[in-house]
Order: sequence, then C-alpha cells, then structure tokens
Amino acid sequence: MLKFLLRRTLTMVATALVLTFVVFWLTNLPPNLEKLAKSEGNARMTDGEVISWLDRNGHAQPLVKRYGEWLGVAPGWTDERDGVTSGRCIARGAAVEDSPRFCGVLQGYWGQSTVFKAPVSEIIATRLSLTGILMFWVMVLMVPSALLIGILAGMREGSKLDRTLSTVSIATTATPEYVSGVILIVVFSSSMVGLKWFKGTATSAMDGITFENFFLPVLTIALYGMGYIARMTRASMSEVMTAQYIRTARLKGASFGRVVMRHALRNALIAPFTVIMLQFPWLLNGVVIVETLFNFKGFGWTLVEAAGNNDIQLLLGCSVVAVVVVLVTQAMSDVGYVLLNPRIRVS
Amino acid sequence: MMEKLGWAAIFSRLALQFWPVWLALLAVFAVSLHYRRRTGLYGRLFESPLGMVGFGLVMFWVFTALFADAVLMFDPLSQIAQMKNKVPGTITPDGGVYLLGGDNLGRDVFSRMVMGARRVLAIAPAATVFAFMVGVTLGLPAGYRGGRLDAGLSFIANLVLAFPVILLFYLLVTPEIQLTGLPTALAAVLFLFPVIFFTMLWNSRFFTHPAKRNLYVGVTLVLGLWAWSGLAFNADPLGVWTMEPNMLNVFVSVVFVNAPTVFRIVRGLVMDIKTRDYVAAAQTRGEGPWYIMLWEILPNARGPLIVDFCLRIGYTTILLGTLGFFGLGVSPESPDWGSTINDGRRLLTIAPHPAIVPALALLSLVLGLNLLADALREESLKD
Repeated sequence: MLKFLLRRTLTMVATALVLTFVVFWLTNLPPNLEKLAKSEGNARMTDGEVISWLDRNGHAQPLVKRYGEWLGVAPGWTDERDGVTSGRCIARGAAVEDSPRFCGVLQGYWGQSTVFKAPVSEIIATRLSLTGILMFWVMVLMVPSALLIGILAGMREGSKLDRTLSTVSIATTATPEYVSGVILIVVFSSSMVGLKWFKGTATSAMDGITFENFFLPVLTIALYGMGYIARMTRASMSEVMTAQYIRTARLKGASFGRVVMRHALRNALIAPFTVIMLQFPWLLNGVVIVETLFNFKGFGWTLVEAAGNNDIQLLLGCSVVAVVVVLVTQAMSDVGYVLLNPRIRVS
Repeated sequence: MMEKLGWAAIFSRLALQFWPVWLALLAVFAVSLHYRRRTGLYGRLFESPLGMVGFGLVMFWVFTALFADAVLMFDPLSQIAQMKNKVPGTITPDGGVYLLGGDNLGRDVFSRMVMGARRVLAIAPAATVFAFMVGVTLGLPAGYRGGRLDAGLSFIANLVLAFPVILLFYLLVTPEIQLTGLPTALAAVLFLFPVIFFTMLWNSRFFTHPAKRNLYVGVTLVLGLWAWSGLAFNADPLGVWTMEPNMLNVFVSVVFVNAPTVFRIVRGLVMDIKTRDYVAAAQTRGEGPWYIMLWEILPNARGPLIVDFCLRIGYTTILLGTLGFFGLGVSPESPDWGSTINDGRRLLTIAPHPAIVPALALLSLVLGLNLLADALREESLKD
C-alpha cells in the first residue's frame, strides 16, 4: 500500500509540473508577452520599445529559467539600470538587501493581477470560496438524487420504472449547461412564460444566498452531472442484483426491500464513488459556463476574465488551482476505490 | 404594430419548410425497415422504439444540414433593421415571415439555426473520426505491447485528460496562438495518423502480395499526403483541400481533447481481447503484430467502439457549442449553435427565442445521438 501511494504521489507531482509548465509556456508565448507589454507600458510602443520593456521586466530570459522563477526554485531576476536595482522579488521602493532571493508559487508569491490590480492569491481565495459554496450545494442536490435514480432504475432491470428513469438520465447527459441554463432561465424567470419563480442572475447571491437567486445555477450544474452518475449507479446496481449472494438472500426469504437495502446497496455504491470523484473536473467546466451565464463572480468567472484579458499571472494561478483539483480528486478516487473494495489488493 | 402569425400557423409553416428532410427521412426509414432482416446490427436498431427515435433525430439533422439551402428562408447573415428581437411569426416588411422571430441584429433565427446545423455537422463527425484514428493507432500498440510504450503513452494521455477542457480551449483557440504556428504543428501531427493507420492496415494484410500492397499503400499515401498538405499546411498545389485558419484551430483542439479518451478505451479493449484464443492462434501462425492488432483485435472491438463513436459525436457537438458559447475560434457572424446561444443569452428575459431555438436544436441532436448509442449498446449485447 505504501509503495502504491508513493508511486501515485510521484506521478501526481510529475503531472502537475508538466501541466503547469505547459500552461506557463502557452501563456507566455511571444504574442501574449507583446500584448502584455503594450497594455502595461504604452499601447503605441514600437517593436524596439517592446523588446526593451520585456528585457527590463525579466521576460527575455530563457523559458525554463522564467518557469523556475515563477515556481520559486530559481532565484528571481534582478536588473541594474541607472544605479537602481529592480527585480522580480524586489517590491517597488524596497531595498535590495531586504528582499528574498526566491519568490514563486512555492513561497506563496503568486504575482499581481493586471485586470483586478490586486495580488493573485487574494483574488483566487475570495473567488474560490464563492465557487466552493456553489459546489457544495451542487453536491448536496446532485449526489443523493443521482444515486436514488440509479438505484431505483437498477433495482429491477428492464422494468417500466427502469426504462423511464434511464431515458431521463440520458436526456440530462445530452443537455450541456449552456442549454439547460438557457431553458431554465426562460421557463422560470422570463416574462414570456411568466412563471418568474427564480431570478435569472445569481449576482445577488454573492452577498446573501437565497433559494430564489441560487437554485437555478445549482440545478443547471447538477442536472448535467446527475445523468452520468445515475447511469453508472444503475449499471453497477443491476450487476450486483444478478450476483449469487443476492439470489441466496432472496431464497432464504428476505424481503425485496431488505435485500436491496442490506445486501445490494453497499456493493453497488463502490463504482459510483469513483465516478463522483472523477466528476469534479467536469464540474469545473460546468462552473465556468454557469458562472458566466448567471453572472456569479466566482472562480470560473475569474478564469474567463483572466483568459479574455491576457492576465497572465492570474491565469497561471487559476490553472494551478484547476490542475490541483483535478489531480487530487483523481488520486482520491483511486485510493478510495482500493479502500472500499475488499477484493482489490494493490501489492 | 406588425402583422404576426399564430402558433398553429407557425408550426404548420415550419413543418412545410422541412419538406425535403421529411421526404429523405421517409425514404431512409422505408428502405431500412424493409431490409432490416438483412442489415445486421443496423437492422436490429429498428426493433427498439427509442433506437428509432434516436436514429430519426440524428438523420433529421443530417438531412437538414444537407438540404440547408432548400430549407432556409432567408440569408442567415442578412439583417432587416425593423425585425430586431421580433417574436416568432412576425411578417417582414417585404412580405416574408420570420417563423422563429428575429435576433438582436434583425436576422432570421430559423435560417440561422438551419445553417448552424450544417456548420456543426461539418465539424463534429469529422473531428470524431480523426480523434478515433489517433486513439486507435496509438491505443492498439499500447495495449498489445504494454511495457514502456504503454507507460509513456498513458502518461501523456492522462496529462491531456487532467487539463481542464475550458482552460485548454482558452489557451489553444486564441487569435494570438495562430501567429506562433502551434495549431499548424499540432495539425501536422494529428492529421498524419489516418495516413499511418491506413498504410499499416493495407501493408500488414497484403505484404505477401506485393503488387496489391503497392497499389493500396500507394493510393493511400498519395491521397493521404495530398490531403495532409492541404489541411495542415494549406499548401495543396491543386487547392482542393483547404481549411480556414479559424476552423483548423477549432478542429485541432477538439481532436486533441477527444483523442486521449479514445486511446484509453481502445487500450482497455485490446488488453482484454489479446488474451483470447484466436489471438494466440494468429501468433502461433506467425502473423506480425500489426496484422494481429488491425485485423484480429480491432474488428472484434468494434461493438464498444461504434457505441462510443456515437456518444463522442454528441460530446464533440457539446464541445463545439462550448467554444461558440465563449466566442472562441468562430467569426462573430457565424450561425453555429454555440455562438447563437451566446448572442441570445444577454436578452434572455426579454426576447428568449434567439437563444432557445439553437439550444433546443443542439439538445435534440445530442439526445438523438445518445439514444442511438444506447440502443446500439443494448442490441449488440443481445448476441
């Protein structure tokens, strides 16, 4: 088990390093840097001025060196001009001696956002907590209802209930968030249908969550993931229901309800657990779409703003968070599967 | 106040407008139902009602895309200033009718939706085919050989899969990235896989008949490399194969996102199938590894692959919609469903029809593909 965990962790770290390097490379491509120079310096810079601006701000170094600096394993650049020393780790007006040699993500220095004019770590912390609330309610809604649908459908395979519920879950997996969101808004908050039960935006939910302003975004994300989890649960449940020990339980006279609750359920829930864990990266997608659609200024909205406005540091920060979320949930799903399933031995 | 049709009139006019589609659908269903005993898995599709519904929905959009020029009523790009955000059924100043209303620039929502079908169906299936080519060509040896090759390829596949899709799109599908030549490089690699696949396919089968082999491989190489030079580098000397840079960018990123999942599926299937007796028999006969992979294992993995192919076209449609929704890689005038939803969503509470029409179109196409995949899965399990 220890060896398995160690190998898993090593692969994870390697993946994280490669992924962040790729993002770093893609965000620091020459055209992006040129745009950065023009937006930070002067929109009408000549090519020569752009090059000298990039050189002065440490962007002209080799890519690997810049990545190392950003990560915090290479010493930050310094530049001496006209007797003034500036550098990556030297705050404006601070003395050279007081500044640290390394300042990167590992040291907790995530850079400065050019769009929001604030430290990236601060922005991500506030935005992420907003998205956390959204995710929490999505989970609260999605997981129990998906499991319930899956169990009811898989309990008696081929029955009318199964057919109906399976078709419903196929329909929800065929409805991406930007479609279901639009339909839900039109039905429940537009003047055309006239129900007006909920609000079409979630902007006010950032100050205080009410059922009225938060239900639609939560439902939109939950619907898309729900069908998939329900189908996995159904497959797993119907497989368990054909197992020998279920027949034994039935033959010894246990009632159908008791067989489902006591014998089948626990074994049927192993597979959905990993699926739910693997849904997190997908939820991230949904979060970006729904936050844009409902104008809820959380993590996904920040990512779109950062990407749309060439805010390199913020985009890098967002991708670090996204990559970590994906990798940690993947690892949790693997380890959880091993722990839950008594039939699997790792070594 | 402009004149306007009632809902009954709108729906009957709509149904009438789709006449070439209905005709084609009728023909396809009549022929398929008549020959269903002789067409194997395809024929058995018509025994499950949900399968027929799925197939019908998919074919509806396929024919709509094919006959788009006959179905649409207005030029999808032309604007009529008086028709801005008008409700469905409004009569235009020159006597026509906007059956599904006008959008915020006064364009016909119906015609844009019909044209959008053509755009979506031009990209999604083709991108899925390319993703399958890449996934199959890499997944077969990874599953069959195992070892270092498998470890390396799996690591790369997991890397791509760990990338949040939207972030990847934002990084890959920007106008700036075209300047760096990265999409072209990616396209050059990804578009080479079909050529490799077919070359290996013919070579492994016919290397004992050099004349036949040379003909097949030669034709594959000439056609493949010709298309490759045109699609990836836009350097086709005859100008038959071209792809505009925006489209190439979108196409490449969608293939890039889909290929690792196909790779994982193929790899898993191969690892299962390679323990079968007929593989051992082929190995004893002394067949080469590529023959075994392409002519023994691949045909026996077709069931799950066909099902996944249907699902993946639907998923690719969703991805294309996502790209359009964020306005990535499409021209602002483009009628594709994702960007029309995006255009319409700002006025959703006042004028919902410009967004809801493409949303329902996309929903029905993907739903059709999913139902079709589900029916195929059930029917193929019955063997």
